Amino acid sequence: MVCEPWKAKLDTYLDGELPEQEMRTCDAHVRGCPSCSTDVLARVQMKRAIQVAGKRFVPSSGFRTRIEQSITPKPQRSFRLGWMLAAATAVVLAVGTLTSIYLGARSGKNTASRDRVYSEIADLHVATLASPSPVDVISTDRHTVKPWFQGKIPFAFNLPELQNSEFSLLGGRMTYLDQTPGAHLIYDVRKHHISVFVFQERSLSLKLSARLDDNSLSPKQLPFNMETWSQGGLRYFVIGDASAADIDSLAKLFKAAS
Amino acid sequence: MPHFDRLYNFACWLTRDRQEAEDLVQETYVKALKGFPSFQPGTNFRAWIYKILRNTFLTSRTGLKATATVPLDLEGEEEILPAVEETPESILLQRSDGQLVQQALEQLPVAYREVLLLCEVEEMSYQEISATLAIPMGTVMSRLSRARKALHNGLRPQFQKG
Repeated sequence: MVCEPWKAKLDTYLDGELPEQEMRTCDAHVRGCPSCSTDVLARVQMKRAIQVAGKRFVPSSGFRTRIEQSITPKPQRSFRLGWMLAAATAVVLAVGTLTSIYLGARSGKNTASRDRVYSEIADLHVATLASPSPVDVISTDRHTVKPWFQGKIPFAFNLPELQNSEFSLLGGRMTYLDQTPGAHLIYDVRKHHISVFVFQERSLSLKLSARLDDNSLSPKQLPFNMETWSQGGLRYFVIGDASAADIDSLAKLFKAAS
Repeated sequence: MPHFDRLYNFACWLTRDRQEAEDLVQETYVKALKGFPSFQPGTNFRAWIYKILRNTFLTSRTGLKATATVPLDLEGEEEILPAVEETPESILLQRSDGQLVQQALEQLPVAYREVLLLCEVEEMSYQEISATLAIPMGTVMSRLSRARKALHNGLRPQFQKG
């Protein structure tokens, strides 16, 4: 049978793990062979069923908080009362000054919440770039990247036209924030990588969204430049080590496209 | 905390107990934080943290119990997976709410369950799976093939009922 050598490789083919040349040959065979294409269809259905069944357990918000608290480094305590008092006074003064200058009327709680969101977004950005395969859909074509997200995330969004800009699209992947699925897109500008995250605003917890006022994150205190805004029911984050002007330009392109 | 939700899901599948899964995830993050200086930038962070979680699981009481009951012939001679052609099964698979597949996954030995989840749910490449499970690429392929066959066999009685 002509099919036999391919039958054994169908799973590897569907996992996208055959060598490039073999992938093409197998693809051509499957398209022309009714038996193999039926087999492939059944295997795809099984893969999807495992995917759906496998995404089963969601951590509680209480557990998330507990873990965050347990892995946050605790400040070293000084046993000398004098030093403690001096340090406490200095901290109170510093916090008071910073609060009055930078944060105005905003409460400390809001700052902590914003910092947590920033920290999560920065973690996602850095962890993705550290990976040898940062994107799951590799394409510079927005018409390829956008449809890839269909059925993977519970919303649709528009990607900007980049023809006359310095930005280029590298690809995209699925991501999670606050237990909410979203889209993660990676752009390149002058060798800098910029991540754009898109989430459904109503899916993010109210506590989180309410504290993410547009451009409320102060880039002066952060190692990355970042912008966030809400538009059309979606929450956008643009983050990277590129200049604030570049981050702003990409954010504007997204705002115009939405 | 990158990969938090997915690590938790994977931990639940390994331990099959939410409380144990929470302990496992917590221990993983503590170990990852302590061992972070040993993480080499540019290498795969996801495979690194999943490996920590899995090794922690394997040395836990549940992990030792689960692996002790696994048949030793997991890595026998390469075997070609028979074609999955039964169309009625596929139709049933489409219609079912995923519960049948969940039950069949639960019944699999942990070595099969983890490799299937890493491939299908975490969508890891064979190379990433090889790094996570610390096994050669060839073993990843043969174990995946056997795991798929075992899952298929596990679902067969359900299909016959349906």
